Amino acid sequence: MTQSNRLNQGGRIDRSRRLSFTFNGQQYMGFAGDTLASALLANGVDIVNRSFKYSRPRGITAAGPEEPNAIVQLGASEAAQVPNVRATQQALYDGLVARGTNGWPNVQRDVMSWVGKLGGGFMPPGFYYKTFMAPASMWMTYEKFIRKGAGLGRAPTEADPDIYDHFNQHCDVLVIGAGPAGLAAALSAARAGARVILCDEQEEMGGSLLDSREAIDGAPASAWAEQVVSELAGLANVTLLPRTTANGYHDHNFVTLHERRTEHLADTAAGAGREGEVRARLHRVRAGRVVLASGSHERPLVYANNDVPGNLVAGAISVYIRRYGVVPGQRLVLSTNNDHAYRAALDWQEAGREVVAVVDSRAKPDGDLVKQARDAGIRVITGSAVMEATGSQRVSGAKVVAIDTERFVVTGKVETLECDTIASSGGYSPVVHLASHTGKRPQWRDDLLGFVPGEFKGMHVAGGAHGVYALGEALADGAGVGAEAARAAGFKEAAAIAVPDVAVRHESPISALYQVPHEKPPLRAPKQFVDLQNDVTAAAVELATREGFESIEHVKRYTALGFGTDQGKLGNINGMAIAARCLNRSIPEVGTTVFRPNYTPVSFGAIVGRHCRELFDPERYTALHQWHVENGAEFEDVGQWKRPWYFPQKRRAGGQERLETMHEAVARECLAVRRGVGILDASTLGKIDIQGPDAREFLGRVYTNKWAKLAPGRVRYGLMCKDDGMLMDDGTTSCLAENHFLMTTTTGGAAGVLEWLELWHQTEWPELQVYFNSVTDHWATMTVTGPDARKLMSEVTDIDLDREQFKFMDWKEGKVAGVPARVFRISFTGELAFEINVQANYAMHVWKALFAHGEKYDLTPYGTETMHVLRAEKGLIIAGQDTDGSVTPEDLGMHWAVGYDKPFSWIGQRALTRPDTAREDRKQLVGLKPKDPKVVLEEGAQIVLDPEQKIPMTMMGHVTSSYYSPVLESGFALAVLKGGRNRMGETVYLPMSDGSVHQAEVVSTVFIDPKGERQNV
Amino acid sequence: MFHIFCPYCQEYREEEEFHPSGQAHIERPAEPASVSDEAWGDYLFLRDNPRGIHHEMWVHRLGCRKFFNITRDTASYEILETYRMGEQPSITAASAEVRREQGVQTADGGWQTVGARPENSRLNEETPS
Repeated sequence: MTQSNRLNQGGRIDRSRRLSFTFNGQQYMGFAGDTLASALLANGVDIVNRSFKYSRPRGITAAGPEEPNAIVQLGASEAAQVPNVRATQQALYDGLVARGTNGWPNVQRDVMSWVGKLGGGFMPPGFYYKTFMAPASMWMTYEKFIRKGAGLGRAPTEADPDIYDHFNQHCDVLVIGAGPAGLAAALSAARAGARVILCDEQEEMGGSLLDSREAIDGAPASAWAEQVVSELAGLANVTLLPRTTANGYHDHNFVTLHERRTEHLADTAAGAGREGEVRARLHRVRAGRVVLASGSHERPLVYANNDVPGNLVAGAISVYIRRYGVVPGQRLVLSTNNDHAYRAALDWQEAGREVVAVVDSRAKPDGDLVKQARDAGIRVITGSAVMEATGSQRVSGAKVVAIDTERFVVTGKVETLECDTIASSGGYSPVVHLASHTGKRPQWRDDLLGFVPGEFKGMHVAGGAHGVYALGEALADGAGVGAEAARAAGFKEAAAIAVPDVAVRHESPISALYQVPHEKPPLRAPKQFVDLQNDVTAAAVELATREGFESIEHVKRYTALGFGTDQGKLGNINGMAIAARCLNRSIPEVGTTVFRPNYTPVSFGAIVGRHCRELFDPERYTALHQWHVENGAEFEDVGQWKRPWYFPQKRRAGGQERLETMHEAVARECLAVRRGVGILDASTLGKIDIQGPDAREFLGRVYTNKWAKLAPGRVRYGLMCKDDGMLMDDGTTSCLAENHFLMTTTTGGAAGVLEWLELWHQTEWPELQVYFNSVTDHWATMTVTGPDARKLMSEVTDIDLDREQFKFMDWKEGKVAGVPARVFRISFTGELAFEINVQANYAMHVWKALFAHGEKYDLTPYGTETMHVLRAEKGLIIAGQDTDGSVTPEDLGMHWAVGYDKPFSWIGQRALTRPDTAREDRKQLVGLKPKDPKVVLEEGAQIVLDPEQKIPMTMMGHVTSSYYSPVLESGFALAVLKGGRNRMGETVYLPMSDGSVHQAEVVSTVFIDPKGERQNV
Repeated sequence: MFHIFCPYCQEYREEEEFHPSGQAHIERPAEPASVSDEAWGDYLFLRDNPRGIHHEMWVHRLGCRKFFNITRDTASYEILETYRMGEQPSITAASAEVRREQGVQTADGGWQTVGARPENSRLNEETPS
């Protein structure tokens, strides 16, 4: 196919570099410097997509991020798929593959278009819900087909081969947009010495200067842009970021910039010959000052069939002709309400194509551009507008009629002009999106017929972004604002650069026109689209107001106006104007909706940066991790820690070797601890070193039990509550010396407990002299437990292990395997146990020494699962598993660990006497023994007293921990049960989701060795 | 993302280093036993939720680990001042005018007052080691 719409000369493309690309399965050629959109137009491709809701054929409408139709799925391979790419923003590269996101089986023949033609071609807002809602159970079925038809693009199903990263940036002045105002602002600030970041979303910096007809200092405007960019590039205090969109304006001048580094070269970095390079980068910029020079978007007019391919925004015509050497048609009709749009007609004519007419809604336009058009022999029809486009796959004509904008009626006879392209311009909308992210509502300006950004501290607005459109004025505005921003950032001497010379153009004023009146009433006229991307029509907005949606926010949600990736770039003002007309209010009274980040879609890769795969969340390993790996441990995540879960061993059965199941491994490990000796890596337990003369007093205030008399060398178990009396964490604390304690916490609670201690010390009791330090990583902890523990320990330590010398809940200092150690006689298994703490660097040596000596005792490593079974058999709780923030020490039956008579009102004490916490029928911790010993109850299963009761049954509590005990040869569980301690021996029921009901007996929480004789030997 | 001036480190740091810790200036009753159930419930659970000036406690969790206070406008998210534990805010919902002259300028063009009125400075004193 030839590039039938390409001019032989002109444009900022390189005709010597031909690029081949594929769109919707068809191969085309373009040139280096093209966007996908300009290349498609050059090749005469009219239909690029099907519309979202009505499946109408759609063509390219604009030339920038506001493009509503040409939204494509990009990527040659599955892994490189990118949805939601605007063809107008995608640079062409050799081998590019793209297709329209809508349209099935293809955009030319679309099976969903029948939906759009239903009921006389009118689908009101809420159509899908109103039509497909009944029966409700079928919605899921309907939805599947509607979604397939709608097509919102799709995510790749294979892993992305590329890498992305984040930059944290700081600057004095961040300039957003490198058009005339932005370039002038950046230069003013940069020459003053400020650190400047200048970002622009396009391939090339310059913005409107690149397609301008005007001259700066007697040379083409684009030459001035090149010269400024080149000066800025040479300054060390300036960072230029092309292909970088400022997507979000967040708190305290924090702006996120999305830089695309290889996407203009190929669909993967490797494909671009940049293997291993970053594909896209998110700059997290903390800016001293922000200069918003984001320019404006031209508004199209709303007229009937304004979505047929061949309807474009006027300014886009100039962009395609002047930047890409592409004229997207043969015969043009321009419909406008302002002077500036006339340049589209002039550019068109100069490109050698026919301008059928310019239709101007104003009675007597007389600006310089209007004169130029008349002088060039172009027919100008005044007081009129294009009312309707004809044609279905491409524009075939324009119905033009005289209109009265005040009364919203047509006043003359309809004339049909033959043409294939209709350009329209309803004025300009400053790009206020970023300013709106700050929460400041934009302000309406009647003289501009547009919203400008509200004032926001730290933000300066320049150029078209606040309605300063004329080139000379925009340059001067930018220069002044750039200097002002630099001064505000501390560069007191900053001055505006000298403004280059630009001829002043006389412009006749714009007149308000949004929707063009039609000869038929609005609801009967052919569709007049307001929001092309979301398929919202003027009739839909009008109907919404008739159905009672008066707030623009409600109109938006009812009709989908300005939704999703579009964020109302083309349609919002028109939609508001129509709502205002229908409600008989002014536009500022109707107000605007809130624009939200992101301005244009950002790939997940860029958002995630390096925080993926192994860096998604840091993993913490104990000093013994390598041994666990080498010995085949299965791991469990506990917080960020990797803990051995169980150690499956090889088994031989019938000549076959296989690994134990988890159930088999846990049973073996449990029995080893109960009958011989086992060892656990408990290094992940939180450890907090507490020192100071008031350490003891402090412990008495944060724990529920007493600490006044704990002697050096002794250890105590403590409960920690919040001030509402609910258990927060538990653990043992050892008295190392009179002013020195070592607190242990749950693995997951370590950081929270340390912050908790600091909170109370810093905010309530700063007079207490006490210091806290986390020593979790400094010490490795190995638990040697089981009846043979003492025999094994005696071989490796110089500590006197005699039961009278080294009692249960004592700790001693000495050597283990030749290295300094603290050994604690505490037990989380109910067996004789020694917890060995050594400096983490020695841990592997000690662990291996224990195994060298332990072989004859069949020393068995065990993991967290066995630890859980063993502790639950003893009724020992795990804070956060058996408790959930609504459980008091009393509920746990731990009255013995609560010191009500302590002199200071410790944290939680007062709350434990509130009527609710003192109730008798609170949920209390009990044991459950299933009637069928083979049953292991589900954790979280609800307990009821009467399984025959009608649903909803009265729920009495739930299972918190449940395991199979190889010692008991039965399942067993811990549970919280209303009034549980008075229900010992009763039978309770646990209905399961499959309809079965388990029976269990309420028993003591201690299933093994109720007197604690085994640990105290 | 907030840009917060830590009154202990005397530096601006990103919000990621900090953690909010609820409303500031909630004092635990000195003698809990003599407080009614209702008053104790209020102390535990009732918090202000103003639109506008609010005093919040934050902790420099990944920095100096110190708790401090922030006066923040909950509507504009502007941080008006940060001050140390034990100090009183110089800007309150009641104060007629936001005093800016004694502060340092923030990135967003607002001001964060440093070292506000030290009505109670005991929390800032170095404890002897």
